[in-house]
Amino acid sequence: MTATSTGQTLITIDPDVPLVRITREFDAPPAKVFRAHTDPELVARWLGPRRHEMRIDHYDCHTGGSYRYIHASGGNEFAFHGSFHEVRPGELIVQTFTYDGMPDGVALEKVMFEALGGGRTRLTTTSLVDSFQDRDSFVASGMEEGVRESYERLDELLAG
Amino acid sequence: MRADPLSLVLSALADPTRRDMVARLAVADATVNELAEPYDVSVQAVSRHLKVLGDAGLVSRSRQAQHRPVHLEAEVFDLMTTWIERYRRQAEERYSRLDDLLESMPDDGGPAAPPTTRTPQPQPTGAQT
Repeated sequence: MTATSTGQTLITIDPDVPLVRITREFDAPPAKVFRAHTDPELVARWLGPRRHEMRIDHYDCHTGGSYRYIHASGGNEFAFHGSFHEVRPGELIVQTFTYDGMPDGVALEKVMFEALGGGRTRLTTTSLVDSFQDRDSFVASGMEEGVRESYERLDELLAG
Repeated sequence: MRADPLSLVLSALADPTRRDMVARLAVADATVNELAEPYDVSVQAVSRHLKVLGDAGLVSRSRQAQHRPVHLEAEVFDLMTTWIERYRRQAEERYSRLDDLLESMPDDGGPAAPPTTRTPQPQPTGAQT
């Protein structure tokens, strides 16, 4: 239903399925983009949010492997873990994603690496959760401090 | 338990009939009877849809006017777009770091140039503010 494309990153929020899709193109071939997703030292250099330290507990990115990493910021730690369900070099990673603080919640993530020619790659990441509410709090959780302010504004709006 | 506002808005819009009603209200206010006309459903069913949209803050109904037309609250849409834009920007930040990393990686599969500080240290210089 909603897609914004003001920058290079395109977000699609599906209205019928609790899914978020992120699409982005990279000026590097699929094998290279794939390596940046599977080598833990490389993953640590881009995956975490800005202003957070990212600590990788383990990251065995192959079919049947698992991962766990920690984001630390201002004395708070947030850990995430999951399993690698299907890993095909240069093509596909299917994995689960769980926030340790909500161990019953799980997202199914699919990362697709598509060769565009000219040494470029289109990366498509879909995250599927089991309820719209989980999906929406998942979208909202990425917004850090801004979200509280937005919620307050919406509360005011709804109360009006 | 009270659902969070974004969930209310998105789940209200998850129904195709309600999306269609919202699209029509974007053009002009309408009464419940007018909204019910094109659908093969009762006025009561339309009222139920309107209640969901109303609970999400997407529509309101005037108390005074005789036919109580339904009005679309466009501000709520703007707010939702803002939320999604923030999420998008965060993904873009992450991916521009990936751009930089890909730039520093050799094509032959050898090791990437070392970061400014060794992992698992905090982000390389410049990433922290």
